[in-house]
Amino acid sequence: MIYFDNSATTKIDPAVLQTYQTVANEFWGNPSSLHHLGDRALQMLQSARQQIADLVKCQPDEIYFTSGGTEGDNWVIKGTALAKREFGRHLIVSAIEHPAVLNSARQLEKMGWEVTYLPVNKAGFVTPESVAAAIRPDTVLVSVMAVNNEIGSIQPIEAIAKILTQYPTIHFHVDAVQSVGKNLWSRVLPERVDFATFSAHKFHGPRGVGFIYAKRGRQLETLITGGGQEQDRRSGTENTPAIAAMSKALRLALTDEASKAAHELALKQKLVDFLSALPDITIFSPVTPDFAPHILCFALRGVRGETTVHASEAEDIYLSTTSACSSRSGVESGTLKAMQIPEKLATSAVRISLDDANTEAEVEQFIKIFPKVYQRFQHMNGR
Amino acid sequence: MKYTEITVRYGELSTKGKNRREFIGRLNGNVTKALAAFPDLHIYPKRDRMHIALNGTDSDAVIEKLSMVFGIQNFSPSLKIAKDVETLKQTALEMMQELVPVAKTFKIDTRRSDHEFELDTNQINLLLGDYIYDHIPGLTAKMKHPDVTLRVEVRRDGIYLSSQTIKGAGGLPVGTAGKAMLMLSGGIDSPVAGYLAMKRGVEIEMVHFFSPPYTSERALAKAKQLTAKLAPYCGTIKFIEVPFTEIQEEVKRTVPEGYLMTVQRRFMLRLAVKLAEQRQGLAIFNGESVGQVASQTLESMVAINDVTSMPIIRPVATMDKTEIISIAEKIDTFDLSILPFEDCCTIFAPPRPKTKPNLEKARFYESQLDGEALMARSLAGVKVTEIRSHDEFLTTDQIDIQSVL
Repeated sequence: MIYFDNSATTKIDPAVLQTYQTVANEFWGNPSSLHHLGDRALQMLQSARQQIADLVKCQPDEIYFTSGGTEGDNWVIKGTALAKREFGRHLIVSAIEHPAVLNSARQLEKMGWEVTYLPVNKAGFVTPESVAAAIRPDTVLVSVMAVNNEIGSIQPIEAIAKILTQYPTIHFHVDAVQSVGKNLWSRVLPERVDFATFSAHKFHGPRGVGFIYAKRGRQLETLITGGGQEQDRRSGTENTPAIAAMSKALRLALTDEASKAAHELALKQKLVDFLSALPDITIFSPVTPDFAPHILCFALRGVRGETTVHASEAEDIYLSTTSACSSRSGVESGTLKAMQIPEKLATSAVRISLDDANTEAEVEQFIKIFPKVYQRFQHMNGR
Repeated sequence: MKYTEITVRYGELSTKGKNRREFIGRLNGNVTKALAAFPDLHIYPKRDRMHIALNGTDSDAVIEKLSMVFGIQNFSPSLKIAKDVETLKQTALEMMQELVPVAKTFKIDTRRSDHEFELDTNQINLLLGDYIYDHIPGLTAKMKHPDVTLRVEVRRDGIYLSSQTIKGAGGLPVGTAGKAMLMLSGGIDSPVAGYLAMKRGVEIEMVHFFSPPYTSERALAKAKQLTAKLAPYCGTIKFIEVPFTEIQEEVKRTVPEGYLMTVQRRFMLRLAVKLAEQRQGLAIFNGESVGQVASQTLESMVAINDVTSMPIIRPVATMDKTEIISIAEKIDTFDLSILPFEDCCTIFAPPRPKTKPNLEKARFYESQLDGEALMARSLAGVKVTEIRSHDEFLTTDQIDIQSVL
């Protein structure tokens, strides 16, 4: 099996699973309980939070545990809108955000907020100038993702941060879900970022758990009320085993991330060299410093993306149409559309997403097998 | 720079004439205990300074512990080299090169106990001064208040070089001023009082009152953890837990509300005095600050102090809360102190305690209790543990936890 769909989800690391199991078995008390079983669980929770804070280089009280990236995005977008509704009702989000951001913005639009969807250029990048131009006196939030999940373009977060230093009241949110362990953190999490969203299963952690970074002092309305967990800002009994497992997964993901990212980039380079030699292939994720090392989006002209996915699957190669979220709903890629790629080409796109566990042998295997898939559809292009 | 030795200069004790031998002996013992975690060290206490041979131990870790030991004026990590002029020149140059460009001026300060070495003090000063001046552009010599003083010591077994002087904790070696009991509640003030007592050479033992089930195991663990925080200043500290439940219940049952606190405090003080007498303590220390709470007004002190003639020393008596907090932060006890567990002082606290209790009334209410029997039972249940700086009480599962994360 060749698994090239790591941006959809990664396989849980056995050591991380072991942590989950150990914590579920031995630290199963409710961290809010007063007795020592609760205390043990609380200590585990605090240590996990401290470790994450150390890795993110922030304070432990700036880390809030969530159920994953979707919750994190929803919380920051809607929580900001609600907290700041007296001061302004205008949001700026990029047009290529994950649906968790886009649909949160659309929901707010229905409720009376105004949203500017920042266009991207043909290569798939928001421009800092467009951010500057979109800012209004009543703007309360700018949300731009770090790494686009469909084509892997690394957005100019530092340049946007620089613009936003002149607007200290605007919340700056970065959806950093796709950027963990890719040696990009200093680039996508500069000081001006107020909120960042993370999801554990994108870095070999368990599903159903994630965290947000929320800068001290920034107002965010609570969406999930209840027993007052997470500093009374996100209620619900803490998912201690998953949180501990995520903390470990994050530590492992960030260990040697430079060499892991270099390895992924070498694999991507090899794939790009191979694919770009084929006619009828369009590559949307070139090998440049502005593209993530692990995502490679390309279109095979005339063949629908899902057809390529299934044909590859028959060869035991697992790819994805541009994003796992949209692939079942049959809608075309939001990112490629925003890049004004013609619809016919956009619907032909597929995504390879790599991981440091992928090997050169797998890439060679892919290079050997893919021509079969490719040639099968040659007739579509009249060859 | 891989240092080979640390030279320790004594504090105030250098001036203390005849007691010097005892002071040095005590400091040696305290340093040995504080550095017990490093088995490879060799400690040589001499008359005017102490030498700690590192034998490969990381100097930063040793320095961190050493800077907390009272009775040390300052100390310098140094490098031992062979008595060879060429090596001396090269090493001196390398040490200086590490300090530029921050350092702009320097001076060489040579001492020579080996008078058979070919070069004398002045010759060495000149030789190294010239050599460094020639090789590091921009660095100039300055005799008064230079940025860096490079100390060179020629001894029989080699030449010792050091360029850094680190300020020690000052004060007197703990134990040289005798022993006393510290009444440790778990709040912010009493650990600070303990720290200040130790700074003046007093060996303290912690007296902690606990009242299960009204106070939790966590509150007891917190008091022990605070003790562990203070242990580095002296090595180890004895922690005396005094069961107080029965007394508190009896007082609550018998004494009118306004005098609950005063009578409770009188019992606490009596018990602390009894323990001091049993354990050769000479005084009681506590964290009272004048006027801070109802039990700390001068009137309250009169009504409580009444039970003993033993000296009660209140190191923070005249400090503002902010001053106390800043010391608590410096000695890293603040974050522990503010953990929200009920302690012996907060339970059964009446809503309106007397801020000006009457001594006669306090005596009268108390006389209705069988104090001697209550105290005897309490003292029979006393438990003493010796606490070291690296002991963990609140976070007992850290090893488990770190291994799964």
